[in-house]
Amino acid sequence: MRAARSRLTFSGRSSGADKLFEYGVLAIALSTLILVWGLVLKLAVDAQPSIDRFGPGFIIGMQWNPNTEMFGALPFIFGTLLTSGIAILIGVPLSIGIAVYLSELAPPWVREPLAFVVELLAAVPSVIYGLWAMYALRPFIAHSIEPFFMSFLGWTPLFQGNAVGLDKFTAGVILAIMIIPTVASVSKETMRAVPDSQREAALSLGATRYETTRIAVLSYARSGIFGACILGLGRALGETMAVTMTIGNANRISWSLLDPGQTMSSLIANNWGEAQGIQLSALIEIGLVLFIVALIVNLFARLMVGRIMKAVPTTGGGL
Amino acid sequence: MSEQKANIGKATEEKVAMPHKGGNSMIMVVGAMIVVVVVIAAIFATGLLNGGTKESVTLTGAGATFPMPLILKWADEYYNSTSHKVKINYGGGGSGAGITQIKDKHVDFAGSDAPLSATDSSTYGLLHIPETLGPIVVAYNEPSVVNLKLDGPTLAKIFMKNITVWNDAAISALNPGVTLPTDQITVVVRSDSSGTTFAFSGYLAVVSTEFQTLYGQGKSVSWKEAIGASGNPGVAQTVLTTPHSIGYIELSYAKKNNIQFALLKNQDGNFVTASSETAAAAAGSASLPAGNGDWSHVSILDAPGADSYPIATFTYILVYKELYNDQSKMNKTAAKALVDFVWWAVHDNGQSFSSGLYYAPLPASVVSLNEATLNSITYNGVALR
Amino acid sequence: MNTFAYRRMKNRLASFAALACVVLALIPLVYILFMVVKTGAPAISWGFLTNRTVGTGGPGEGIGNAILGTLLLVFYATLMGLPIGLLTGIYVSEYGNNKIGYTVRFFNDLLANFPSIVIGLLAYALVVNFLQFGFSLFAGSVALAIIMIPIVSNTTEEALRMVPNSLREGALALGVPRWRTVLKVILVNGKSGVTTGVLLSVARITGETAPLLLTAFYSSYWSTSLKEPVASLPLTIFRNYNSPSKELLQQAWGAALVLILIVLSINIGVRLFLRKRTGKGKVVKNWKQRLSLRT
Repeated sequence: MRAARSRLTFSGRSSGADKLFEYGVLAIALSTLILVWGLVLKLAVDAQPSIDRFGPGFIIGMQWNPNTEMFGALPFIFGTLLTSGIAILIGVPLSIGIAVYLSELAPPWVREPLAFVVELLAAVPSVIYGLWAMYALRPFIAHSIEPFFMSFLGWTPLFQGNAVGLDKFTAGVILAIMIIPTVASVSKETMRAVPDSQREAALSLGATRYETTRIAVLSYARSGIFGACILGLGRALGETMAVTMTIGNANRISWSLLDPGQTMSSLIANNWGEAQGIQLSALIEIGLVLFIVALIVNLFARLMVGRIMKAVPTTGGGL
Repeated sequence: MSEQKANIGKATEEKVAMPHKGGNSMIMVVGAMIVVVVVIAAIFATGLLNGGTKESVTLTGAGATFPMPLILKWADEYYNSTSHKVKINYGGGGSGAGITQIKDKHVDFAGSDAPLSATDSSTYGLLHIPETLGPIVVAYNEPSVVNLKLDGPTLAKIFMKNITVWNDAAISALNPGVTLPTDQITVVVRSDSSGTTFAFSGYLAVVSTEFQTLYGQGKSVSWKEAIGASGNPGVAQTVLTTPHSIGYIELSYAKKNNIQFALLKNQDGNFVTASSETAAAAAGSASLPAGNGDWSHVSILDAPGADSYPIATFTYILVYKELYNDQSKMNKTAAKALVDFVWWAVHDNGQSFSSGLYYAPLPASVVSLNEATLNSITYNGVALR
Repeated sequence: MNTFAYRRMKNRLASFAALACVVLALIPLVYILFMVVKTGAPAISWGFLTNRTVGTGGPGEGIGNAILGTLLLVFYATLMGLPIGLLTGIYVSEYGNNKIGYTVRFFNDLLANFPSIVIGLLAYALVVNFLQFGFSLFAGSVALAIIMIPIVSNTTEEALRMVPNSLREGALALGVPRWRTVLKVILVNGKSGVTTGVLLSVARITGETAPLLLTAFYSSYWSTSLKEPVASLPLTIFRNYNSPSKELLQQAWGAALVLILIVLSINIGVRLFLRKRTGKGKVVKNWKQRLSLRT
């Protein structure tokens, strides 16, 4: 009895084995700290030569020329933003529609299997998305979608050139498909977090399903849905393979969606093997920029989603 | 913590209802993992039986996709002819990547159609060993146009986007009697740093002063409005799947996949089709430096001769003269294996596969040159052959 | 005109629109699975699964060594990443209500934010360059392990948090030492959540391509050595997806089929089995996990 009691402790005097375990686990946890620090440091250190040479002008530099050793990030920041923008433009409305359906409209026997299937979309590896995009999506876009847009928007700078299908448009579309599971699932969860009392109140006032959703659910879950979109944006920013395989790999700025482009991540994937010296340093600086941008976006998203999820107690259910 | 407290009520009931149900699912998961481990272990075991990792040597190369079909063929044949003792990996990636990786000593040898710059040759102690040569063809996707004829200046204008449509006057002039479509030309180029680009842009620079001024020769060119694809295979497939497109690829890729390519007008004024013979004709008069010399000016572009194909190039295997160094993993057996492999490749054993894959077999003078180079390779100062 | 009929029509339209969104989103998934199966299945044969990728597109080639390579990469990555992630998660959940724990969690979130291509770049700088391992199975595994750690850590932490305090208190009251409580009581009770996290992260790294490009590099042989480059399913797809050679393209589709079967089986298996077990419990517990698992 006395022996048992002496081991009863939450902190303070614990037995030798306890201390060993705790410190062991702590050591491992600290090792991840060291790992992350090491990675960020290595990123910064290896980017240093490029930072020194090009300074802040790197961000607005328009050239990427290994021959003259002039490197700038603007075409790739542009490409990243444009393709992610298209992804959001196409993906978000679809995702919200899906979330509304899953959260409000679906009969219970449909809800779980359907949510399950939507999440399965996220499990498909990026490279397989790219493969499919190359041989199914690209022809469809080049033969049907792009000519369609060109027919009435061909006068705008957005739809100039040939409809070849290896361009920012296709890259944007495949990105849209890839962010749907994230945005839809998180939106759905924020919607489910809205207390039923809100819905009941609207319904009792005679609102239709649509009106209830609009008034009681969507506006309440607004910031959470916004956060979900930002999460999707964060996902789109870092996506590499499917984009590399569809974007046409052109290191220059072009406003036409039908022109090939390049994102920060696809540039790294393409130039990785051949880059050396200052070019490698510039590439790593692009990686650093990408990391920082993704970090800011994701932190912002968590803030937004965290707010709604904390404010309202979760009502379980669903996937 | 408050979250947990809120959940205690619900969760405790659940947990009380099922305390330690390891459950069938856990067993299945663990079982599955055990199966995977057993499978891997089995494969380890068969791997050891399969020729043994102790005796075999693995060499890794990277670089040019120009000679890749040939090098991969050699790798396979050599693997069989050495009874599975020498494994050769060749990962492609483009000449630029090959050069970078051999400079960093991450690969045992590199392939490059572009020679090293003079400074690089002397700084790094790398040797050039031309292992084959071949033509670069202008592939296009316009099924209605058979046997398209082009000349240097027109070709340059197409790639500079001065000519943008197929039925441009300049192209029509070279192809009398042929109805050219009105479609816009989609230009396909290499997205990676490429020796094929080096040779192709070198030719355009020779035949067009405007190209020389605006773009110049290089492994990377800042092309105007072109789609970039990775590697010779990438450009080939992109041309194949993009109507009205035009691109530059090595002959082997065009022939093996039935891609149309143009006849080019050579220096003598003849329209020549690309083949191993016409490439060999272009190489005929080339004088090459010693293996450890400066190869930066070696060029058989726009070669004179009635049958010479204007865009032909040697492609080089780059290896270190001294194969021992603190960083490399190469032991003496591997070093000897590398030298023996390249020896095998540049002689009949390897060269016999060239024509079948549409490359030109090396002229005898080049083979002798390579022999001297290979004989000079040392391991810790001692020659390996 | 706010008549009821008008509102009812709007309601119907909206419902229809929402359903249309669902259908539209399902089309790519169904199409992808359909196409991968249809185009990849003809390639599959016993020979295809057991021959090595020679690269010449000749007869008798296969993706056997790519399958082995992927298994090895995942095996070593899990060997390195699982213990570290697990123990970090345990630390943060059980001992981490302090500044250190908070910092560790923050840094793990930071790690989860690295785009996978940047992780590959860093693994290249550290393992291939700095440690002079060259292109190797080891370098590839390290890259994948780095991706795995924050996911396992996060899901473990969340799963263990769900275990009610009453169990901890009860065990301690019975005199069970802290370390045994954690291992035998808490971990066991959080088993399903932890296993889910581990398996989903395994599925995720199996499909990763970008980090392997210049770490695992390329091999056309059966290789089990940590110091040699290794073939893998995602890289086989990436290297051959744009190949004019019908045989090599076929290898890509065949590899895609095998890869998607592996990844989807793990995902479906996890969701089916472990969901049944925990009844109403969610599989992906919250949006934070969702982000790191990329769902």
